Amino acid sequence: MTLFIEQLINGLQLGTMLFLMASGLTLIFGVMGLINLAHGSFYMVGAYATALVSAATGSFLIGLAAGITAAAAVGALVELIVIRRLYHRPHLDQVLATFALILIFSEGTRWLFGSSPLWLNAPAALSGSIALPGGSRYPIYRLVIIAVGIMVAVGMYILISRTRLGMRIRAGESDREMIGALGVNIARLYTLVFAMGAALAGLAGAMVGALQSVQVGMGQPVLILAFVVIVIGGIGSIKGALYGAILVGVVDTLGRVFLPLFFRQFMTSSEAAGVGSALAAMLIYILMALILAFKPKGLFAAHD
Amino acid sequence: MIKSTTSSLAPHRELPAPTASWHDRKGLVQIGLLAVLLLAPLAAYFLGHVYYVNLASRVTLIAMAAVGLNLAIGYGGMVSFGHAAYFGLGGYVAGISAYHAFDLTPVIAWPIAIPGSDSMLAIWLAAIVVCGLLALAIGAVSLRTTGVYFIMITLAFAQMVYYFANSWPTYGGEDGLPIYLRNSLPMVDTQDPLTFFLICFGGLLLSLALTSRIMKSRFGAALTMARLNETRLATAGIAPYPIRLVAFVISAMITGLAGALYADLNGFVSPTMLSWHMSGELMVIVILGGVGRLYGPLAGAILFVMMETLLGGLTEYWKLFLGLVLLGVVLFAKHGVMGWLAGREHP
Repeated sequence: MTLFIEQLINGLQLGTMLFLMASGLTLIFGVMGLINLAHGSFYMVGAYATALVSAATGSFLIGLAAGITAAAAVGALVELIVIRRLYHRPHLDQVLATFALILIFSEGTRWLFGSSPLWLNAPAALSGSIALPGGSRYPIYRLVIIAVGIMVAVGMYILISRTRLGMRIRAGESDREMIGALGVNIARLYTLVFAMGAALAGLAGAMVGALQSVQVGMGQPVLILAFVVIVIGGIGSIKGALYGAILVGVVDTLGRVFLPLFFRQFMTSSEAAGVGSALAAMLIYILMALILAFKPKGLFAAHD
Repeated sequence: MIKSTTSSLAPHRELPAPTASWHDRKGLVQIGLLAVLLLAPLAAYFLGHVYYVNLASRVTLIAMAAVGLNLAIGYGGMVSFGHAAYFGLGGYVAGISAYHAFDLTPVIAWPIAIPGSDSMLAIWLAAIVVCGLLALAIGAVSLRTTGVYFIMITLAFAQMVYYFANSWPTYGGEDGLPIYLRNSLPMVDTQDPLTFFLICFGGLLLSLALTSRIMKSRFGAALTMARLNETRLATAGIAPYPIRLVAFVISAMITGLAGALYADLNGFVSPTMLSWHMSGELMVIVILGGVGRLYGPLAGAILFVMMETLLGGLTEYWKLFLGLVLLGVVLFAKHGVMGWLAGREHP
């Protein structure tokens, strides 16, 4: 039972991080109609900037601010130079151009900082742990990650449904030409939305960077999970991204722990570990296939 | 929808007749590409540079895999971001079959016993069948969706296969599976690099001929129309979904066969062949060469492997420059190498 609660919280933590990635991706797709494979690169940029700046200043918070800023700046720059040429292109071109960006970012980072991972420690104030019901202890930092994710989700909700910028974003999702005709500077709106998505990815990278190592290619597994999330949730829907992220995070985490245990009931333990972990690795994709078999547009399809 | 209907309202509209020189130029480029690919390893072999013979085999097999992908992306308009699944699965068929032939254990013991085999013919057949079945399953679900969903779903399914291979310990997991002795063919010494190159070259020619034959058939016409305007196809009484699915399966079979040969070339198969970078690289090759051009994948593969070899010799960060070149091609040279060498294709 303790194990279950612990893993459930781990799943929630993975889910909130996925939400930070997926909400940016889905917003960019919803507003600009762009599929962005390079989103994982902003995650990496955020983590690297945070690691470097917190190592230099000794403060995780300053590092975190620098990480988010760096990711947003790089995002805005990439949008201005490359991405805005892609809005009217077919998806194939978008996939390839952003794949090219991944190569450039990954190899560029490897060139600048080398292949060995950087270390980033969680702030000392958050390094303790608290007691869970059932007696085991759980690290505070992971709970803080969940809290940050919830805060971002609430913030996004308020931003999109209550502010002028959010109104423009929603208008951009439903009719691009019309809001341009109404005098909204659509180019600036796009840059802003793209930079915002990049900043969220950078935040996720920085937070997770303190749990895992900061290295080249760290964004790619997360990126693919985030794709699964937005496909399940419905591309373009923030609400779908939230539910999809929690679902994927919890199912993936619980599957990895409990499937091998489950197979151990009727197999030798080495076989159970093999079958269980292989099946667990496939679990979210099976989940996605099942959901799409019934709802080809995802759970909360925003628009076509 | 309206836009595409109006443009194709007049099917008998007089197109400017392709001039003779345009035809000749395209034909010359195609023959030239094949000649380079065939003559370079021949020369290298007789000069004693086996390395370049194997490099040519690599170009040939990557081109063949991309020919398969081109059928889906270029002709069928199905942007599959998961063809590494078939490439790698083909490789694993070769690896697993050889592993069991070496061990003298059956691949499957129940319900019917399937023994391992080191015969390439059996392996090719198995690779084609297994990849076709996987593509049938993946395609059946994925083709219910379109656009970005299709891209992401094919990617996700390929990742599923990747993680499965990564965590399944029997066949090496993430360490991969070695093929100690190259699989064999009757009466031919496959160990000889030139012989093996010629086998690969034959495979490439066959897949090119098959693609050309398919696209000239009624089925090819239906596939083209499914890409250009599926409502119009449906109005003509042909359901687009089965057409696409069949094309997707054939595409996967070609890529899978290339994968089986690729594993034999390297004497090794690992999850890397299944990774999404592989899918991306195959797509890059199709685009570099020119989407929907019969010989595009060949041109793309030659360019890609040349860049890999030349730039890779200069700097270990060669993928940075690959990224820049790719970005340039996507943004500024939409028709790829074939568009540049052989002129633009008529739609």
